[in-house]
Amino acid sequence: MDSQAIATGPADPHQEHDEAHPAYLRHHFVTVDQQRETASFGMWLFLLTEIMFFGGLFMAYLLYRNWYYDAFVAGSNTLSIGLGTTNTAVLILSSFTMAMGVYSAEIRNRKGLLTSLSLTIFLGLVFLGIKTVEYHDKYVEHHIPGASFSVEDFVHPADKRDVPLAPDMAQHAQLYFFLYFAMTGMHALHMIIGISILFILLYQAWHGAYVNGHTSTIDNFGLYWHFVDIVWIFLFPLLYLISRHPLK
Amino acid sequence: MSNPVPVQHEHHIVGPKVYLLILLALLVLTATTTGVAYIDMGIFNPIVALGIGCLKAVLVILFFMHIRYSSRVMMLTVGAGFFTFLVLITMTLSDYISRNWGLW
Repeated sequence: MDSQAIATGPADPHQEHDEAHPAYLRHHFVTVDQQRETASFGMWLFLLTEIMFFGGLFMAYLLYRNWYYDAFVAGSNTLSIGLGTTNTAVLILSSFTMAMGVYSAEIRNRKGLLTSLSLTIFLGLVFLGIKTVEYHDKYVEHHIPGASFSVEDFVHPADKRDVPLAPDMAQHAQLYFFLYFAMTGMHALHMIIGISILFILLYQAWHGAYVNGHTSTIDNFGLYWHFVDIVWIFLFPLLYLISRHPLK
Repeated sequence: MSNPVPVQHEHHIVGPKVYLLILLALLVLTATTTGVAYIDMGIFNPIVALGIGCLKAVLVILFFMHIRYSSRVMMLTVGAGFFTFLVLITMTLSDYISRNWGLW
């Protein structure tokens, strides 16, 4: 009974083992399904800590938006809805390609897996590229909180339809931009980590991994990627959309 | 082998058809939420935006993340996570609302 075998890739001599006890089934699990469910349960526990991590930021945003409502509205309206919507679509598409990657691994389709992972990397990079353009705009407009921050756009808005803010309220727009950079920056960091892991998965899949029935790694990375997508699904309306028609 | 087989969930492979359908739904909802942001609905703008956001998140969790096809213990765990987040929001806001009663 080869119960201690560890999957080491396509060269594994235990590959020809019978279906009920494949080489990648660790000895402390009875069945493959039990092993799979345990792994994804662990991944979900990690994601729950991530909910609370981003949850703190969302909570801070909710509170400060109520306190300095006018400043948050003015700050939010400097963002480009077009870029935000495009990025939302790009990220949702990348979630779809990742889901197709999980499917390809499950039906043991190496080519499909490689294509899906590559597309996910590409779409992830497109998202970060658009984000960079947005960050650069903020830099040019002196909207990055700190020493170079300028209240000019808020005290004397170029668009006549915008209500000018008092200088002290305009200062609080820094708080909006601080939370904007903290939340989207933390989200972008998760994407950068995700894309780095995707490159590793792509390399391993290129050498034949994950198409032998042992798909837990791909499954769990998929969960991570979709979670990052969900965070953006909430960041997008909160940061870009809900301040277009402020309450008077 | 005399190990008893534990109670567990049978693995379910979700196919491309379901994924494609969810992708379409998510894209349509994104277009909707952006379009609706340009309509003045007063206090309902944020409510509708967050409602659509929740709907999208639920679709991703149920289908992309396979919770629809998972065992009860998984559904309960995920639910517990989001419930804890709601506790964070509710407790904090009830504190802020009750401090300067009537001055909000």
